[in-house]
Amino acid sequence: MADQIEWVALSVFIFFFALVTVMGFFAARWKSGPVSEHLDEWGLGGRQFGTWITWFLVGGDFYTAYTVIAVPALVYAVGAYGFFALPYTIIVYPFVFAVMPVLWTAARAKGHVTAADVVHGIYNSRGLELAVAITGMVATMPYIALQLIGMGVVIKAMGLTGELPIIAAFIILALYTYSSGLRAPALIAFVKDTMIYIVVLVAVVIVPAKLGGYGVVFTAANDAFAAKGGDTGLILKPSQMLPYATLALGSALAAFMYPHTLTGIFASKSADTIRKNAILLPAYTLLLGLIALLGYMAYAANLKVTSNNDVVPMLFKVLFPSWFAGFAFSAIAIGALVPAAVMSIGAANLFTRNVWKSYVDPGISHAGEAAVAKIASLIVKLGALAFTLFLPTQYALDLQLLGGLWILQTFPALVFGLFTRWFRAEGLLLGWAAGILWGSWTAWSNGLKPLATIDLGGASYVFYVGLGALILNIAVAAIATVIVAWVSPDRRSATAPS
Amino acid sequence: MWILLLLPFIGLLWVPFYNFQEPALFGFPFFYWYQLAWVPISSVLIWLVYRSRAPDEAP
Repeated sequence: MADQIEWVALSVFIFFFALVTVMGFFAARWKSGPVSEHLDEWGLGGRQFGTWITWFLVGGDFYTAYTVIAVPALVYAVGAYGFFALPYTIIVYPFVFAVMPVLWTAARAKGHVTAADVVHGIYNSRGLELAVAITGMVATMPYIALQLIGMGVVIKAMGLTGELPIIAAFIILALYTYSSGLRAPALIAFVKDTMIYIVVLVAVVIVPAKLGGYGVVFTAANDAFAAKGGDTGLILKPSQMLPYATLALGSALAAFMYPHTLTGIFASKSADTIRKNAILLPAYTLLLGLIALLGYMAYAANLKVTSNNDVVPMLFKVLFPSWFAGFAFSAIAIGALVPAAVMSIGAANLFTRNVWKSYVDPGISHAGEAAVAKIASLIVKLGALAFTLFLPTQYALDLQLLGGLWILQTFPALVFGLFTRWFRAEGLLLGWAAGILWGSWTAWSNGLKPLATIDLGGASYVFYVGLGALILNIAVAAIATVIVAWVSPDRRSATAPS
Repeated sequence: MWILLLLPFIGLLWVPFYNFQEPALFGFPFFYWYQLAWVPISSVLIWLVYRSRAPDEAP
C-alpha cells in the first residue's frame, strides 16, 4: 500500500505538523513563567492548569496515538475481547475522583513533583522512593517507543518510507519539549484533541452511512468472525469473561500510576480541577469506544490488510478523499507527540528529583533541577528513538505490556499511604518486589501473554497477571508489615498524614 | 453518596450480566450499547457525588 507518495495528504500533514511545531516553541512564553528557573515551571507548567487545560492535557496524553491505532487493530483481530479498553477507561474515573485530589493535596502541600517524592514524604524511605522512581522510568520508555510506532504507521500510509521522517519529527519534538517543558504538550493538546474529535465524529457518521449503517457493520464483522473461528466474536466466549474484567480493572488501577498521567494531575491548579475532570474526561472514553468500532467497519469495507495496525490508516485512505485522510493522519501523528512529550517530562522529573537530587546532588538549586530535567528528557527520548529504530517492534509491545504490570505494583506504595499509616515501608518494598518478580516470571513463562491461570477446587481461572501480582503484592506487604511492627514497634519514618 | 462510585465497577466488571447480542439498539448489539451507556451514567454518578460533598476550604 505504501508505494507512491500521497502528495495531497502529505501537504495537509506537513501544514499541521509545522503549525504545532511553531506552537511548541511559542509555548515557553504562554501563561508566562520562568521556564528554566524552577522544575515546577518546566516540569509542571507552573502548577496552574485549570479545568479546561487539564482536560485537554490529560485527555491528550492518556488516550494516546497508539490507542487510536492499536485498539481498532485488536478489535479487528479478535472482536469483543478488544473492547476491554472501554470498561477500563470508564471505571478509571470514579477512582480518579476519589483518590487523585487527595494525592494532589499531599503533593501540593510539600512541593512534591513526582509520585516517588510523595512516597518518600510519607514513608521517609529512600529504598521505596527509588523503587517507585525506577519502575516509573522503566515502564515509560517502551510507552514512548509505541507512540513512535503509531506515528510510523500513518507516515507509512502516506507513502513515505525509511526512518528519516520519524527521526526528524522526534528531533523537533525533543527540541521544543527541551525549551518549553510541559507548556508545549499542553498547548499542542488543544490542536490534537480538536482534530481527533473532528476525525472520529466524521468517521463514525460518514463511514457507516457509506457502508449501509451500523447493523451492516456488525453483521459483516459477525460473518468474518464466524468464518475465522477461535476466540473471536461479537460477544465474549465464557472463558474470556474473567480475563476481560480483570484486564479492565487492572488497567484502570494502573493508568494513573504512570508518570505521564500523574504529571497532568500534579500540574493542576486545584483538587477541584481534578474532580471536575473526573466528570468531564469520560467524553474521551465515548470517543475511544467509537474509535474501537473502526475495527468492525474494516470488515464492512472489505479491507485487506497485511498488518492489523494498518486497519485505521487503510480505512481512511479507502473511504475518504486524500485531504481528509491527510488531516486524519496528522491528527494521529500529533496525537503521538503530546503523550511522548509528557511521558519524557514525567520520566525526567523522576530522574531529577528521585535519582539526581537524592543520590548525586542533594543541595541542587531550583534552576539546577530544571536544567537536569531538560537534559534527562532529551536522553529519555533518544533512548525511545533508538529502541524503535534498532529493536523489533514486538519488543516494544512486550515491554509495554510488562510495563503495565510493573507500574501497577507501585499502587500500594503510592495510594495506601494517602489514607492510612498502617503499612511499613519495608513491607511495601517487599510486596513491590514480590509482585514484580512473580508477575514478570508468570508473563514470561506464558510467552509474554498478560494472562495467568490458577486452579482452585478443580476449576481453573484465567485472569490478568498484573492484578494477580497486585494481590500478591498487597498480601506480602501486609504480612511483612505485621512482622516488622512486631519486631520494632517504633517506626522511624517521620511524617504523619495531614 | 460515595457508594455511587462503586456502581460502574459492579455494572461493568460483572461481565455475564451484559454479554449478549440482543436486544440490539440502532444496530448495536447489547454488549456494545450497554457499555457505551455506562460512559454518561458514570459521569452523572460522579457529578452527583461531587455536588453532595462539602467544598474545599480556601487555601
